[in-house]
Amino acid sequence: MHPSTTASKHGLKLYLTGFALALTLTAIPFALVAMGLLPKVPTLIVIAVAAVIQVLVHLRYFLHLDLSTTPRETILAIVFAAVLIFIMVGGSIWIMFVLQQRLLV
Amino acid sequence: MTGDASAAAASPDAHDRESPDVHEQRAFGFWLYLMSDAIIFALLFATYAVMVANTAGGPAGKTLFSLPNAFAETLLLLFSSLTFGLATIAAKSANRAGVLAWLLVTFALGLGFLGLEIREFSGLVQAGAGPDRSGFLSAFFTLVGTHGLHVTFGLIWILIMTGQVVIKGLSVPVTSRLLRLGLFWHFLDIVWIGIFSFVYLPGGL
Amino acid sequence: MLGNLTIDALPFYSWVAISGAVITVGGALAVMGGITWFGLWRILWREWLTSVDHKRIGIMYVTLALIMLVRGFVDAIMMRGQQAVALNSDGYLPPGHFDQIFSSHGTIMIFFMAMPFMTGLLNIIVPQQIGSRDVAFPFMNSVSLWLTTAGAGLVMISLVVGRFSTAGWTAYPPYSGIEYSPGVGVDYWIWAVLISGFGSTMTGINFVVTIIMRRARGMTLMRMPLFTWTALCTSILMIFAFPALTVACALLGLDRMLGMHFFTNDAGGNMMNYINLLWIWGHPEVYILILPAFGIFSEVAATFSGKPLFGYKSLVYATVAIAFLSFTVWLHHFFTMGSSANVNTFFGIATMIIAVPTGVKVFDWLFTMYRGRIRFHPSMMWTIGFIVTFVIGGMTGVLLALPPADYLMHNTTFLVAHFHNMIIPGVLFGYLAGYMYWFPKALGFTLNERWGRRSFWCWLIGFYLAFMPLYALGFMGMPRRMEHYSVAEWQPYLIVAALGACLVLLGIACLIIQLVVSASEWQEARDDSGDPWNGRTLEWLTSSPPAPYNFAVLPEVGDIDAFFDMKRRGAAYQRPARYQDITMPRNTGAGPILGGLAFALGFAGVWHIWWLVIASALGMWAAIIFRASNDDAEFRLPAGEVEKIENQRFEALAKASRTETENPAPYSTQPLPESPT
Repeated sequence: MHPSTTASKHGLKLYLTGFALALTLTAIPFALVAMGLLPKVPTLIVIAVAAVIQVLVHLRYFLHLDLSTTPRETILAIVFAAVLIFIMVGGSIWIMFVLQQRLLV
Repeated sequence: MTGDASAAAASPDAHDRESPDVHEQRAFGFWLYLMSDAIIFALLFATYAVMVANTAGGPAGKTLFSLPNAFAETLLLLFSSLTFGLATIAAKSANRAGVLAWLLVTFALGLGFLGLEIREFSGLVQAGAGPDRSGFLSAFFTLVGTHGLHVTFGLIWILIMTGQVVIKGLSVPVTSRLLRLGLFWHFLDIVWIGIFSFVYLPGGL
Repeated sequence: MLGNLTIDALPFYSWVAISGAVITVGGALAVMGGITWFGLWRILWREWLTSVDHKRIGIMYVTLALIMLVRGFVDAIMMRGQQAVALNSDGYLPPGHFDQIFSSHGTIMIFFMAMPFMTGLLNIIVPQQIGSRDVAFPFMNSVSLWLTTAGAGLVMISLVVGRFSTAGWTAYPPYSGIEYSPGVGVDYWIWAVLISGFGSTMTGINFVVTIIMRRARGMTLMRMPLFTWTALCTSILMIFAFPALTVACALLGLDRMLGMHFFTNDAGGNMMNYINLLWIWGHPEVYILILPAFGIFSEVAATFSGKPLFGYKSLVYATVAIAFLSFTVWLHHFFTMGSSANVNTFFGIATMIIAVPTGVKVFDWLFTMYRGRIRFHPSMMWTIGFIVTFVIGGMTGVLLALPPADYLMHNTTFLVAHFHNMIIPGVLFGYLAGYMYWFPKALGFTLNERWGRRSFWCWLIGFYLAFMPLYALGFMGMPRRMEHYSVAEWQPYLIVAALGACLVLLGIACLIIQLVVSASEWQEARDDSGDPWNGRTLEWLTSSPPAPYNFAVLPEVGDIDAFFDMKRRGAAYQRPARYQDITMPRNTGAGPILGGLAFALGFAGVWHIWWLVIASALGMWAAIIFRASNDDAEFRLPAGEVEKIENQRFEALAKASRTETENPAPYSTQPLPESPT
């Protein structure tokens, strides 16, 4: 570990930027729901989009993931997990909702 | 090729992939564990999605969820992510006092989060909306509760690391453990983004 | 004080149950008595149980697997016996028993025979094949072993205290829920599966990191042996599939223990979700089991044909494709459970696609053998038996992949025949081939080949007799898991099937005899060179058994088939001018202690002995924290020690080549001349 004030300043800026972004991306959906500013479906879309962006903010600013410095195997692990989550969650929701329509389960 | 082996005798770690990238191996291994945990949470989310309407004549999210409470929990966790980041910066600058201070602040914020969550859960149970009331509630309690359990383990780990920093100082093993704890803590905040976005906020609509 | 545990838990309700309990308890006492009599506890604890050496851990895994193979087979032959006689009769097994038996048969064979067997072979061989001294996380390796053993222990103790599940190895709700299975059986199943599942996830993490980050210099990914490639893909599958099983079992457990409604009939439960979650794990699981077997067949085919593997790249791509696709087919396990045509079609097509890369592999193995100089070592015979028989099972799989066809055959004995046709010739023959191939590496002497061949023939013919009739019975409409039946036409087939089971029993007996005979002749069968088959990959560079550190000097890899390349260049068996100190991990009791506490936790959970649940959980926490705070987990093996061990190794090598020239063995240690490829 390299004790260095420039490194820590740089690090501090990263965390503060990430924090500010995350705070904004949290406030927006909460405000939308609390104040009922948009109808239901657009609100849900905003919530989802804000969530995805905030996850990326966390990955970049808090977990320090980026394509140049992070080891390749870590990136691959995350991408693979993301693909599998898409398949598993997407597949499950597809299967179970079709089942519900057909069987009223 | 006979000369090669004796050349290695001079610096044992220079050539082999064998050695002290032990810490890189541990970091990668920890990421893999986090990915397996991500799958667990993803499937709990999927289960929640499938069961969110299964209220069995009982209360649904609209009645049960308190948006202010969820917002407070979110802020506590988000701030704790920041303060852990500050602890990490202190660790990289070999600033022992800084690490200890920020770790304890993080602990307090995390404890606050847990306190709010326990209060919410016990309130629900007392109102007859416990996890045994309906499929929806089982899914809710399990998803949010599993996250809370992970936070609890994180808090215990923070205490252990505090002890290690006090006793052993910021040695290489201790610092690398702190970094992994950081990964864990930030990962939990990411899962919480999912929880407030797909459980509390839609429930409040 | 003892939760729900009362004297009624003892198996006095039937003679079958009593016999099972007596044999289990008697067996355990006999083993412990033997260890005590020979004064072996100290050595056992210090050198084996507390070991973090991947080779020893691997041997213990394989030992567990072989014991559980016998245990699981007893279930099988009991079922075959019952079905052969139970035409219009109750047979000798009451339904409650029969149901426990088919449930424990599947559970044991998958979780406590196949998984440990595979994990054991991975453990012994993979670090050697990549030219490494150890796995990435030796302590976690030990914990995986002991968690698996704890799970096996829970299944075994269910024979003595309480009963096992009657819900099948997949425990579908609502039957497996607390309302319809109020006893402890399903709880035993849940705890055993959850605990050993954590072990498997950790093994997956361990081997991915090991293979990605600890390869010898020069060993690029495309120079890795096929067994290592399959180990990598299997480990990735373990990391990403087991979470689904954890969720399915945990939610079922929450329903049963805390009255939740995930899978109940009432209050908003959704039973199909369990099946969905279970098979998200269950399908990758079967690929977890088969891929390493494919890896073994690749190694064996190349070595005993005296040729490089044909189509290495296609084998790698096929393996990776199979691994990825295994996550896209899971619904084919429940085509008949109400999905729409679109859903069924998607998963049916995906299932047919996944058969293609396996077909590619079969051709690769055939072309590896083509124009080779084939040596009919038992491992080669297992391989050939596999190729022929597995293809039949694969074809029935493609047939089942058609949803309309599956509607006719789902849950009939056709399905039972199909999956045994995959698992026995595929998984089991593969592991037995690996066992006989790598036995000398692990223990230092070769296995008796005559008994190996006998075992093979009994298993092969026994398999055909036991399972081909089941295909016919499936077409004739016989459902699976039948405790008695009234269709007279079925009985002749079931009698043939029972005969097949008897032959398999002989096959298992041959395996045991092989072990005993080989052990008694070990001096003559000693493998002095470390390379008894003229192997191609790096594990044959080490001594048999290897030094604790595997390689005194880490190898430099120049080509694919690294060891064969070194032999050809004359670069194998180099003696360095000087040796180095080598850092090794210390043995630790924390592994077996964690396993014991996990067993206590599971047992207490089953019987609702809450104080013990809390105590064992706290104990496990304490052990983990203690271990995780330990920065002194290694020791240095001085260069002088290393030199002594290596000198012995070179003496043995010299002895081997002397005996070679006097007495050329069928498997020469000299590389074969280049064959046309």
